[in-house]
Amino acid sequence: MTDASQKTATITRAPALSLGQVLPWVISVIFLVAMPTIFQSNSAITIMNQMMITIVFALSYNMLLGQGGMLSFGHAVYMGVGGFFCMHLMNIVETNELPIPLPVLPIFGGLFGLGLATIVGSFSTRKAGTVFAMISLGIGELIAACSVIITAFFGGEEGMPGDRTYFMPFFGIEFLQQIEVYYLIAFWTVLSTLLMYLFSRTPVGRMANAVRDNPERAEFLGYSARWVRFFSFSAAGFFAGIAGALFAINYEILTETNLSTTQSGVILLIAFLGGVGFFFGPIIGAIVFTLLQSVLSLQSEIWQLYVGALFLATVMYFPGGLAGVLMMHVPAAKFGKLGTLVVPYIKTLVPAIIAIFGLAALMELLFHVRHASAGDDEMTLFWTTFDSHSVLPWIIACVATVGGFWLARLSAPSLREAWHRANTPKGRPA
Amino acid sequence: MDLVIINLIDGLFYGLLLFMLSSGLTLIFSMMGVLNFAHASFYMLGAYFAYQISMYLGFWMGLLIAPLLVGVVGALVERYGLRRVHQYGHVPELIFTFGLALLIEEVIKFFWGNNLMAYQEPEILKFALFSIGNNAVPAYKVFMIFTSVAIFIGLLYILTRTRIGMIIQAALSYPRTVEALGHNVPLIFMGVFGVGTALAGVAGVLAGPVLGTFPGMAFVLGSIVFVTIVIGGLGSLWGALVASLLLGWLTTFAASSSFPFASILESFGMQRPESLSDSYLRDLWTLTLPQIGPILPYILMVLILVFRPHGLFGKRDV
Repeated sequence: MTDASQKTATITRAPALSLGQVLPWVISVIFLVAMPTIFQSNSAITIMNQMMITIVFALSYNMLLGQGGMLSFGHAVYMGVGGFFCMHLMNIVETNELPIPLPVLPIFGGLFGLGLATIVGSFSTRKAGTVFAMISLGIGELIAACSVIITAFFGGEEGMPGDRTYFMPFFGIEFLQQIEVYYLIAFWTVLSTLLMYLFSRTPVGRMANAVRDNPERAEFLGYSARWVRFFSFSAAGFFAGIAGALFAINYEILTETNLSTTQSGVILLIAFLGGVGFFFGPIIGAIVFTLLQSVLSLQSEIWQLYVGALFLATVMYFPGGLAGVLMMHVPAAKFGKLGTLVVPYIKTLVPAIIAIFGLAALMELLFHVRHASAGDDEMTLFWTTFDSHSVLPWIIACVATVGGFWLARLSAPSLREAWHRANTPKGRPA
Repeated sequence: MDLVIINLIDGLFYGLLLFMLSSGLTLIFSMMGVLNFAHASFYMLGAYFAYQISMYLGFWMGLLIAPLLVGVVGALVERYGLRRVHQYGHVPELIFTFGLALLIEEVIKFFWGNNLMAYQEPEILKFALFSIGNNAVPAYKVFMIFTSVAIFIGLLYILTRTRIGMIIQAALSYPRTVEALGHNVPLIFMGVFGVGTALAGVAGVLAGPVLGTFPGMAFVLGSIVFVTIVIGGLGSLWGALVASLLLGWLTTFAASSSFPFASILESFGMQRPESLSDSYLRDLWTLTLPQIGPILPYILMVLILVFRPHGLFGKRDV
């Protein structure tokens, strides 16, 4: 999960900014600015807002898991509490007509997340590994349970509503429309992503990696592993608070689900799917997961089963996540042999995808037969409507599954060989 | 007085249920060094398997077969899942079991749906064994208490008095030496994992009719089981027993008492505010012990982890 080669490269690199460093940021900013003009519908902007909030949250989670080696089962608490605090701030601004513009609200959310993280981190960061995971779970459950007890702050079961439009207008913008909120969130997403990236380049961010890999050795070098963890933890709390504030601005309500351990589990899933070994991994994870969630949940009732299976497969077979899979191709690209992989990939992946779709179709059929109300035999799958109790769809799904799997297995050895050849420098025997 | 005895019995029931889960979990931890996040999911699998079997063969066959099935599933998970992830380290193992817990819940929803199953205790045990005051004690609860005590004694006997128990104990502390002596240590690990999950399965079979068989039952109990073994000390069987009973009684007594927190505030000389809705401390004034009962275990665990990281009976840090 470590990116050793990349690390040495950063250490020896000259301090001046190169084009390769700046280019990804410029492209992402242009991309974010241009997106609403391409997808203008309200639902698309809603999805993009959610995506950006998830990106900030997932990156802040990865400051713990990926960069600091701390597995947290209660990270949603810092986002949720930061969000709740912003909700109260919104209401205070509304009643007292304070001259605060909305765009600075995330700073307050972040500071509150930071405050909570410093309190919890003061005792939870003593050890990494299982102790940390357990304490984070305990604190997570504790605060989630408090949300129904302390109704003055958490609003009980109804949650805490607010109204973002009562803030002082920001250069004439009152954030009545979704698109204005989009650009506000986009600004904060870019800013906090940049800050988190810069944090990972500071000495304390670098030491977090060292403490993750070998705390004893870091201690021998004179660093306190505990303090290094504490700084990472506090910083992660700060950015989680920012994500909470963005959530508060976007949805104008926070409920107890924002604090729940389910939410903490989801962010672990997102970060791990994207890949915790690379800085950009959680960004990929957040984008892919939000898309999966919004597309699959419309298509299928058992989409969470697919997500769970995908997660487990990632943990078992691709511990580097999506980012790890992408970065696996860097050596081949450096040798200029990436092109030789295209044909073998198509030969193996197309049948594999057919097999997966066939399997999914089988599951959907089974689910429909078991759970649809009696007499309701019609179901729609892959844009075709048919009778789920007839034999033909079952045969088609079975043939697709078995045939696709068989073909994929047949061509897998040639893919392995092509992979090996692509990763061998030119002029050397493969 | 009657209420105290009833609470004692209820707490014992809940505590022993917790113990059946935590004993397997703590065994697995001392063996592999990994906390099995999916342990409560095996408990849920036990309840669902038993429900399905009891529809055809009756409750008693369910009690017999379902734990075996769960044990087999657990052993397979260890062999083809955990052993593979083991090479990446402890954190990925924890993440793996977390993912497994998610997946098992979804698979349960896939096959049995979201509703509460009509899984019930057998007709023979559907009567009140005795009553204290006005409260009847169902025979099924007493049966369950005796079953779990029997399991604990059996487990203790096997682990400390038999040859296989000796080998397991040796394999826990010195796996390499035991391997050099010609024992198949990976097989032992697989077996212990299977037995641990089967114990969880037994707990599920027994608790399903009382606590309800629904897809959220693992989630309800899952984190409490963790709390139990952390409080008791990871890897300690006695610690698991003491902590289970402690938590069982703690939560039952908290749930049935009506102690108001306002009396504490008044003893500090604070005045009850005229209109509660304006006060920021209004929740403290209306708070009662049953309300904070569910979070008492977590408070206890955080305190234990901060002040005594190896738990009540544990010999090593978490």
